[in-house]
Amino acid sequence: MTAAAAPPLLEAHRLSFHRQDEPVFAPLDFRLHAGELALVEGDNGSGKTTLLRLLAGLLHVSEGRLLWRGAPWQREACAGEILFLGHQLGQKLELSPRENLAFAAGLHGRRDGITLDGVLDEAGLAGYGDEPVRRLSAGQKKRAALARLLLQPAALWLLDEPYANLDRHGIALVNRLLERHVAGGGAVLVSSHGAVGFHGGEPQRIRMHA
Amino acid sequence: MASWIPLWLHKLGSPPTFYRFAGALRPWAMGLALLLGAIGLYGGLVLAPPDYQQGDAYRIIFIHVPSAWMSMFVYAVMGVSGFIALVWRMKLAEVVAMESAPIGAAFTFITLVTGSLWGKPMWGTWWTWDARLTSELVLLFLYLGVIGLYHAFEDRRQGARAASFLAIIGVINVPIVHYSVTWWNTLHQGSTVNIFGHSKMAWDMLWPLLLMTLATKAYYVASLCRRARTDILALEGGKDWVRRIAEDEATP
Amino acid sequence: MSGASLPQACAAMLRRDLTLAWRRRGDLAMPVLYAVIVAVLFPFALGPDLALLQRIAAGVVLVTVLLAMLLALDAMFASDIEDGSLEQLVLSPQPLAPMLGMKILAHWLATALPLIVVSPLLAGMLHLPAAAMPALLLALLLATPLLSLLGAVLVALTVGTRRSGMLLALMLLPLCVPVVIFAAGAVAAAQQGLPWLAPVAWLAAALILAVVLAPLACAAALRIALDS
Repeated sequence: MTAAAAPPLLEAHRLSFHRQDEPVFAPLDFRLHAGELALVEGDNGSGKTTLLRLLAGLLHVSEGRLLWRGAPWQREACAGEILFLGHQLGQKLELSPRENLAFAAGLHGRRDGITLDGVLDEAGLAGYGDEPVRRLSAGQKKRAALARLLLQPAALWLLDEPYANLDRHGIALVNRLLERHVAGGGAVLVSSHGAVGFHGGEPQRIRMHA
Repeated sequence: MASWIPLWLHKLGSPPTFYRFAGALRPWAMGLALLLGAIGLYGGLVLAPPDYQQGDAYRIIFIHVPSAWMSMFVYAVMGVSGFIALVWRMKLAEVVAMESAPIGAAFTFITLVTGSLWGKPMWGTWWTWDARLTSELVLLFLYLGVIGLYHAFEDRRQGARAASFLAIIGVINVPIVHYSVTWWNTLHQGSTVNIFGHSKMAWDMLWPLLLMTLATKAYYVASLCRRARTDILALEGGKDWVRRIAEDEATP
Repeated sequence: MSGASLPQACAAMLRRDLTLAWRRRGDLAMPVLYAVIVAVLFPFALGPDLALLQRIAAGVVLVTVLLAMLLALDAMFASDIEDGSLEQLVLSPQPLAPMLGMKILAHWLATALPLIVVSPLLAGMLHLPAAAMPALLLALLLATPLLSLLGAVLVALTVGTRRSGMLLALMLLPLCVPVVIFAAGAVAAAQQGLPWLAPVAWLAAALILAVVLAPLACAAALRIALDS
């Protein structure tokens, strides 16, 4: 099967979302195939976060069409195939990273041959696995959230500002995860202000206008 | 089957059409409400004979009973349009549901006030925990809850959907409350009040009552038209057709 | 790849919420404390007349427990909204209704169960006859989950709003009127030596209906309230 024959993972035609009847961003057209990475670019307030939440299924499409594997987007069809990581990290502050990950695995499932210890090690949280998330630094909290990328099976990652709060090693970690995911046939949509040091080919760019 | 009905409804569902339609309908409905209300009140307060048991005090029914009917009728309208708003996400249904709520709450409030004014001479008390009264009070709380929830949201359309959901829960709740209070009263041996049990109503009293019922319905339509028009203008503020109306009104 | 099965997900949800409740156990004492304070105030307001206190004991305990539950209800989704876990729950491949059912169960275990445990103490302070105690406990065991379930639907509706506990009380009042009537009716009947199983059976029937329907309604309400 060639990439051209398979329908794109995600396809948007004149996609827009309205809040109080006002479009949040100008209509968008894009296609995202398996094994592709797309950068969502735009100024503050241009609707990057809204777009990611819309694609994740948290919001209703106001106008235009959204296709998932060539068929109209439906919650049931892509449940468990999308991993959304927003500004709010979804980490319970009273629980440790390990407990948070165990809960995520219980809810979303986990990849084969993955252990929580392995995930914590790779996310750079070795030794912090049993501390309450409340006591971790902002960067470590972010790493605890990013650890879900290693744990959960998903075809499409929707990452909102994944580099925020991270140090140099954290940024390298995100880039490594992105490259591995794309090389493994996954697709990623990343919103970011900063430059992305992505080495898996020239990323597609989705330009947003308010 | 008449296929023009859905088409007509569909056209009416578009805000500009409804805005024009409601604008045309409103003066007629208001005129009808005033006319019927004047005749009905004259018939009820002047022409109808005093009641052989209650004297003149019964005349409050010409306000009380139509309001009580309207309090439930408006709730039913709110529930149905709320359902349409939730299922088909139709903007006009949201507007109708949310703008009905204050009118219905007003009717419910009038019902409670007139009822207790009437209750003082008849039963010797302003308030009794009878099933009908309690249900009416619960209805008022439901209306207030719907209005409160609607205004708690920043996004008005989202607020309308949430409040519609609450209204639908209320539709199920009111009969349950009525039934449970009836059961409660039998348990507590409460005073059983039977308002119309003693006689069939004389025609002299009935026709003003029916006229008043129609008058309140017409008033509701007129009031809803006015409120809905305002609301639609606010919701569609940025659209071209609203801008054209504003320009028309600016240049006399 | 291995997806999570529904029973696994339900167990994970229940375990997480109970762990959280345990880690914040200071908060759990609040509703209980509140109920004790309110119940203690009644004899001071009404005088220590034994016959009067006996008559109102059941009603006071029921209303106090209800108000204490209302106090804790607001927090059901609050922290999940704040830290984004609610989004992750909505996006998970699991059906939302049973997961919310588990959340409601955890919330009931953490807030209502302690209240039920102290309720004999409250009833004793108000001189409720011992004969009516089983009726009170059974009524509470059925009425409190019913209130948690109904309350959860309403809390879900207010999730997207500026927080407002008063609005929640206004919305919950019409729904809890029948619950209070039947629960108090059962205890009153027991106190008068009458058969009291009928109102309890009604409560049980309502609870069964609510267990099935309320999580579905809660899920629908949550989707409405999150969509903006």
